[in-house]
Amino acid sequence: MEQIATRDAYGKALKELGLSNDDIIVLDADLSKSTKTAEFQKVNPKHFINIGIAEQNLMGVAAGIAATGKIPFASTFAMFATGRAFEIIRNSIAYPNLNVKIVATHSGVTVGEDGGSHAAIEDISLMRSVPNMTVIVPADGVETEKVIKKIVEYKGPVYVRLGRSKVPVLYDDSYEFEIGKFSTLKVGSDVTIIACGIMVSKALEAADLLKEKGIKAEVINASTIKPFDDYSLLESVKKTKCVVTVEEHNIYGGLGSAVAEVLCQNYPVPLEMVGVMDVFGESGAPEELLEKFKLTTREIVKKVELVLKRK
Amino acid sequence: METKLIEDKAKEIRREIIKMLGEAKSGHPGGSLSGADIIAALYYKEMKIDSTKPNWEERDRFILSKGHAAPLLYSVLAIKGYFEIDVLKTLRKTGSILQGHPDMNKVPGVEMSTGSLGQGFSTAVGMALSFKVYNKDNRVYALLGDGECQEGIVWEAAMAASHYDLDNLVAILDNNGLQIDGKCSEVMCLGSLRNKWRSFGFHVIEVDGHNIPQILSALDEARTIKGRPTLILAKTIKGKGVSFMEDRAEWHGAAPSMEQVALALEELK
Ligand SMILES: Cc1ncc(C[n+]2csc(CCOP(=O)(O)OP(=O)(O)O)c2C)c(N)n1
Ligand SMILES: [Mg+2]
Repeated sequence: MEQIATRDAYGKALKELGLSNDDIIVLDADLSKSTKTAEFQKVNPKHFINIGIAEQNLMGVAAGIAATGKIPFASTFAMFATGRAFEIIRNSIAYPNLNVKIVATHSGVTVGEDGGSHAAIEDISLMRSVPNMTVIVPADGVETEKVIKKIVEYKGPVYVRLGRSKVPVLYDDSYEFEIGKFSTLKVGSDVTIIACGIMVSKALEAADLLKEKGIKAEVINASTIKPFDDYSLLESVKKTKCVVTVEEHNIYGGLGSAVAEVLCQNYPVPLEMVGVMDVFGESGAPEELLEKFKLTTREIVKKVELVLKRK
Repeated sequence: METKLIEDKAKEIRREIIKMLGEAKSGHPGGSLSGADIIAALYYKEMKIDSTKPNWEERDRFILSKGHAAPLLYSVLAIKGYFEIDVLKTLRKTGSILQGHPDMNKVPGVEMSTGSLGQGFSTAVGMALSFKVYNKDNRVYALLGDGECQEGIVWEAAMAASHYDLDNLVAILDNNGLQIDGKCSEVMCLGSLRNKWRSFGFHVIEVDGHNIPQILSALDEARTIKGRPTLILAKTIKGKGVSFMEDRAEWHGAAPSMEQVALALEELK
């Protein structure tokens, strides 16, 4: 299967925008080669701003640019964007509801060798808790490109979570991404597997393994974490009566929590979570770390079997 | 005599950095190599430490605020005997104590977990302040990058260090002129670092960061300064000691191939 890192897709989308949309300004904090904003710089250097190693100022300056009616994209690693600059995002971007697109890369444990100090496992939780903020976690390169183009048309603050490592391409160009709308990748009636980001491809693999065992899994890509698509989730669980959530993020505060919030209030059913079990990331090869933190197809299958017993 | 010993240790540190990064296949050679002479001077002369007692209360503290230069710290700690030299081969591998950025709960001799730029220096100020409050004479040394000085927290910490008269704190600035995206002067100009630190209340000493006698005499001078912290502004060359890495931004975060390791080790004989 073709593989591409979502950050590479971001670079490609920015490059196109750099040539076609004069309202866009791209900002980075000394990581432009890693976040791929350097691709934009190549085609539109006048609209590229390197703010240096100063993530708080990155967000403040982006807010100011948005206040002049332009569309800033602010990029750095997820750790520094949502961690270091959290309160600036909260008070200077979200509170005044400014049109800043925060696109952060190197999220989750698959940041790999850099280790726990760099592996953001809290960013979805942080961004999701801020009013006015839209939170999107694309599953592959195609969806990333669609997301980037879509958020240019949308007015308001957006957080997009991207990864460092290559992931399988799941969509083809005919896919239409809509903010606030899940995409059902596989229809099934026994269990709902709802995943986001790099874990969507693993959820699909798990569904194939489950099929061999006679279990029909529905697989949903929850690429917009906020606003949450309550309707699609509820339609699915009314049919399947149980859910497994899958994310490369702390199980506290991320997709699993969002799903639990909606289900408990509307349609309580058994739920199991696959995610980072409230521990920090570590150094290692990304694939090895996915094993270590039990972010695997095997673990999804196990949790599905568990949740089915609880039905 | 003393100078020669420290120079030899600096070279040994550089060799271990190169070998370690070759094995790891990722990591940060440039900023590790630029600090080798400074760290050798600290660990082989300046600091009161005992590698057999990493938790000794009387010890001085070293904080690698530019945490990405972890190989620099790991190599001096291994050579000093804080852990087995063979462990260096496990850098950045799953399950290793040697994380990509230093983890104080995993490695004996690492005083603070760092990696997010600027924060290490702030914690160094906290340590120095604690020693002041409790009338201890432990000294605190922090190594910072020049790019790192673009972080606001560095200046918030500097302000506090001089406000609280922390003459037990020595900040050493590895002034190699480069960060990731290129020259500091082009990415985000820092202006005069000497004047900035001076105006934040530091006693500033400028040295060639690859000249051991100059580094040692600056550290001696810092001990005589009372009532304010010292900043040693060390002019350095990123990648120092390996000709093909010297002063090149692309060697910030790229590991050498096995052939390049061999070439580098030849130069570091
Ligand atoms: C808060 C934060 N932002 C960004 C990074 C990513 N990063 C790692 S090293 C580096 C450049 C550091 O440059 P400098 O301080 O000059 O270090 P040196 O040249 O000594 O390697 C950056 C931006 C980080 N580790 N922490
Ligand atoms: Mg530098």
